[in-house]
Amino acid sequence: MMTIREKEQKIEELNLKISELKLIEENEGIDFQEQIEELNDKIKEIEDLIVKEMTPWDRVLTSREKKRPTALEYIQEIFEDFVELHGDRYFGDDKAIVGGIARIDDFKVTVIGEQKGMNTKDNIYRNFGMPAPEGYRKALRLMKQAEKFNRPIITFIDTPGAFCGVSAEERGQGEAIARNLMEMAGLKVPVISFIIGEGGSGGALAVAVSDKIYMLENSIYGVLSPEGFASILWKDGSRAQEAADVMKITAEDLADLKIIDGIIKEPVGGAHKDFKKVSTSVKEIILSELESLTKLNKSELVNKRYERFRAFGEFKIVE
Amino acid sequence: MPIGELFRKNYKYIELTKKNEAGKLEGEEKAVPSIPDDLLIKCPSCSEKLYKEALAENMYCCTACGHHFRINARERLQEIADEGSFEEIDRTMVSVNTLDYPEYEKKIASYQEKSGNYDGVVTGTCSIEGHKVVIGVMDSTFMMGSMGSVVGEKITRAIEMADAEKLPLVIFTASGGARMQEGIMSLMQMAKTSSALKRFSDNGGLYITVITDPTTGGVTASFAMLGDIIIGEKGALIGFAGKRVIEQTIKQKLPDEFQTVEFLLEHGFIDAIAPREELKELLARILSLHQEVQ
Ligand SMILES: [Zn+2]
Repeated sequence: MMTIREKEQKIEELNLKISELKLIEENEGIDFQEQIEELNDKIKEIEDLIVKEMTPWDRVLTSREKKRPTALEYIQEIFEDFVELHGDRYFGDDKAIVGGIARIDDFKVTVIGEQKGMNTKDNIYRNFGMPAPEGYRKALRLMKQAEKFNRPIITFIDTPGAFCGVSAEERGQGEAIARNLMEMAGLKVPVISFIIGEGGSGGALAVAVSDKIYMLENSIYGVLSPEGFASILWKDGSRAQEAADVMKITAEDLADLKIIDGIIKEPVGGAHKDFKKVSTSVKEIILSELESLTKLNKSELVNKRYERFRAFGEFKIVE
Repeated sequence: MPIGELFRKNYKYIELTKKNEAGKLEGEEKAVPSIPDDLLIKCPSCSEKLYKEALAENMYCCTACGHHFRINARERLQEIADEGSFEEIDRTMVSVNTLDYPEYEKKIASYQEKSGNYDGVVTGTCSIEGHKVVIGVMDSTFMMGSMGSVVGEKITRAIEMADAEKLPLVIFTASGGARMQEGIMSLMQMAKTSSALKRFSDNGGLYITVITDPTTGGVTASFAMLGDIIIGEKGALIGFAGKRVIEQTIKQKLPDEFQTVEFLLEHGFIDAIAPREELKELLARILSLHQEVQ
């Protein structure tokens, strides 16, 4: 059996063959229509196989793929007039969270994103998308500002988790996340979130107490990374693949559990294979959700959000 | 159930783990060294040999050096609540195996048997030197006080009860963090409890948090850090990330005082620290300062 990577390579080969044939067709005037159709069928077959055989672990790997589009790329593709705003006004400007104001069609919005690097150097600059307390405080400042000016909020989630380190403890990582959870619950403007890569635990939730939450097909969202889960419960971080199977971290699982509102399809291989298409889907969802959420009055909006999170939990009462 | 029964002395084991060994990540459990109650107990801090009975009489604080042993929820209530005033709510709420995690039910059952509780938090109403409050006490002896659906729901119901009855809310935190075996649902409890606290706060409710040893992970990053007033019990560990995780990352040993309530006080995240014997009086004083004049 071919691995996903091998299948993807095979598809690339077949695509190359098709373009060669097309080139010959053009130059020599020979008709390869039949052969090209055959190759296309073959590609479709392999693609279907990839989708069918994709395991939760494959999705974990895809969610972390180096070429996966990051928050800023979505922001630049989807919005106009983006003005980035920096700093938490207390300590500093965290590079792992970006935010600002922008326009999408006729709506003026506040946009916030957890930002991974686009290459190795950038990743160090962005602390691999692991926000510090001042990042969450920046996000909260911008969300409160959005509320003041009655702007809806769009957040993009993509983090392995909140940064764990001495500085983060000193500056109250726990308090920063807790404060965001509490304050987001009361925001009087619509909040729409997209999990575009990794949704790592409290570090993701801290910008996702939202009215609507969508996930890209190959993104993940969980209480911890599969590696962390395996090392805590089984004392063996190398069993991450197994952990991914039991954790229910895929978009499909989370839609079943009603944690999220919808799944955005990705091209075979991941969002980076056809970013235009994926970002167009994201844009369409933003617009249609803004259309309906902005019709709710403020107390309806806040009550609905409360009910959403109030309902989470599974338990029973025994005698 | 008669209130007296809640305070029956049927707890055979006490914990002897040093606080700085507890800096582990969310939901982690460890073998708890325990000793039958008729034996001597060695203080992990000063090595003094103590009689359990004398220790219990001294609120489980070392009579030689003052080291605070961890105590369970019932023992805590006995110290904080006025005698006979505690009335429990939601006692029999139990967890559901959300992830179909192997052996989870069995594990829960064994903790239930050992602790006499159904999950990691005990909630209800009581009075503290005459001040009626809604109280929640987490229990680190029940799966490290990890927060799954039951802990989240019971805390949320306690908040809602305080809101509905216009009572102050006091929560003693003690938790290893999110309960891994319940996956995403345990993460959602952070948002649920924080949302309920937002409403309670907006309605003018008073919420006092008492941080006890150890408080980490998802509980630190939600209701533990959201008190109007946050009190730390002397020497208690509090942090977001596990100490070992940080040590592994920076490849350095961290000092003992890192991630203690004293450390957080220094950095501005805690209002006051009190030794165990002074907690009740301190709570009562704060409550009286919030009492409406009739
Ligand atoms: Zn001692």
